[in-house]
Amino acid sequence: MYESPIRRPLITGKTSYAQITDDIATAVEAKPTKWWYIGFIVSLAGLGLWLLTVTYLLVTGVGVWGLNKTVDWGWDITNFVWWVGIGHAGTLISAILLLFRQKWRTAVNRSAEAMTIFAVICAGTYPLLHAGRPWVIYWVFPLPNTYGSLWANFNSPLLWDVFAISTYFTVSLVFWYVGLIPDLATIRDRAEGVRKKIYGLLAFGWNGSAKAWQRFESVSLILAGLATPLVLSVHTIVSMDFATSVIPGWHTTIFPPYFVAGAVFSGFAMVLTLLIIMRKVMRLEAYITLNHIDVMNKIILVTGSIVGSAYITEFFIAWYSAVPYERYAFVNRAFGPYWWAYWAMMTCNVITPQLFWSRKLRRNITAVFIISIFVNIGMWFERFVIIVTSLHRDYLPSSWAMYSPTWVEIGMFIGSLGLFFTLFFLFAKFLPVIAIAEVKSIVKTSAEEHIKKTAEKEGIDIKEVNPQIA
Amino acid sequence: MSTQKYIIGTFNDEEPLLEAVKEVRAAGTPIHECYTPFPVHGLDEALGYRRSRLPRAAFMFGVLGFSLALFMQAWMLGFDWPMNIGGKPALAWPDFVPVTFELTVLITALGMVGTYLVASGFLPGAEAKMPDIRCTSHVFCIAIPSNTADYDKMHALLMRHGADEVAEREIEL
Repeated sequence: MYESPIRRPLITGKTSYAQITDDIATAVEAKPTKWWYIGFIVSLAGLGLWLLTVTYLLVTGVGVWGLNKTVDWGWDITNFVWWVGIGHAGTLISAILLLFRQKWRTAVNRSAEAMTIFAVICAGTYPLLHAGRPWVIYWVFPLPNTYGSLWANFNSPLLWDVFAISTYFTVSLVFWYVGLIPDLATIRDRAEGVRKKIYGLLAFGWNGSAKAWQRFESVSLILAGLATPLVLSVHTIVSMDFATSVIPGWHTTIFPPYFVAGAVFSGFAMVLTLLIIMRKVMRLEAYITLNHIDVMNKIILVTGSIVGSAYITEFFIAWYSAVPYERYAFVNRAFGPYWWAYWAMMTCNVITPQLFWSRKLRRNITAVFIISIFVNIGMWFERFVIIVTSLHRDYLPSSWAMYSPTWVEIGMFIGSLGLFFTLFFLFAKFLPVIAIAEVKSIVKTSAEEHIKKTAEKEGIDIKEVNPQIA
Repeated sequence: MSTQKYIIGTFNDEEPLLEAVKEVRAAGTPIHECYTPFPVHGLDEALGYRRSRLPRAAFMFGVLGFSLALFMQAWMLGFDWPMNIGGKPALAWPDFVPVTFELTVLITALGMVGTYLVASGFLPGAEAKMPDIRCTSHVFCIAIPSNTADYDKMHALLMRHGADEVAEREIEL
């Protein structure tokens, strides 16, 4: 396929197919680096904290959280929505960008999808534990029972959420694994002994035949077509948990698009946080280039601006509705007792992403890393603001209350970060973090060397049309 | 599981393989299969493969999921155990939309991927039948059944297209 030599390269340095296999497979084959061990041990400590707090919670009951009669959703649901939102970037990269034929996705889709799966696992733990008795969680599914049968209530958005999250998790996992099979075969065919057996088991007998690739591409395309509306539906349904209620500040029709944009926004921030570390630690700078970081920053800028406009629209509509409760909810958000959370959200989500209008900042790794952390924090506060400030002062002033988390909630949040990073470190060690086959398929169009060759063939001075390469 | 004799040609790039495939087919010699490290566009057409029928299977699973989900909800809430919620209709169709959508997607995805794996014989621990293990890294292979091909002619043809090596081997593919 022809690609104009003015395009920016997506793979830098010397690139042969064997070289690409070596670069990516070596990370799986070699002993982990010192930084991997340090990161993994810190994550394991977090996981330990998670196990400790969850055990304490299960033994004692949900009363160990700081929730009360008025504020009955707190850090648990905040964390749930935050984690689900983070997952959205992975699906966006793997599905929506595949449909749009964006070549840069090949370098980042594998790790972004892994991030999705791990984030949804973390998210799932919160409603599971919030339910109070996780050992009867199967009651949410419409299973025949001796109470009637008394079925699940399909009129409830909370039940829609059960179906949305479990479908999202399953489909993401299947999509990820289908893409992994050819790369697992690559690892299998380089390995020996026990490793060959294990990767052979996981690679499902993949042989790279033309028929298999034809089916593979067909399946990938349809899965992408399914995952695209799916990912939009998931956060839409999450937002309906709020929007279909009558709490002032929740009962708004803007929620679905606003939640989806926010999810993609926070997800890309987390992708950047992870990839900036990973490309350095695993020496993948030739594959995850500054151009990749640049385009992701543009997505952050777009979605961040959508989120910013949504905040302003919400405020306007609260005033325009002339409903006193609605107006009060928003004034209380900005100037009430939780003002600090609101302004933390506004600063991190509205102001910081606007810095990405500057090309210099978009391509400055340190700046991008810091901004991505700001966005992660800002989006956490967004969920906290929506949930806690709306609940703590509703229609009846006599039931107004304040909420603050206990050490168990804080421990579980830090612990869930530990769970997430433990899974991510294991992934980075044992599975190819870049889609090897997919990267090879863009070599002939987007590798630096090949762009130079095309220019030479056409008698174009590469220095003139593509100064980045020269 | 029987072995058969094949002429195996290996290449280090996809473009000469594609040219070679076209010429072998033009000479009227049947090709068993090609093995590549990544999907080579146009290779399936050059080999004369029909379009995959997996999209059709996916559509069928979609129809199945959609019907099952809608039927399940309507039957459970509308007929088996209707609930009086403020006098509102028990068959609340708009409320069934999200779960119907999710289950349609779920059953389509699982059904299609299951079909793909079973149809291709890709199951946990299955043995990979390929002429060269480097095919998953950087080698592009063509396998021509020996019984319907002239070895010398094929050898010359593949070499002319820049094959690294051409050999006749008895293997199971």
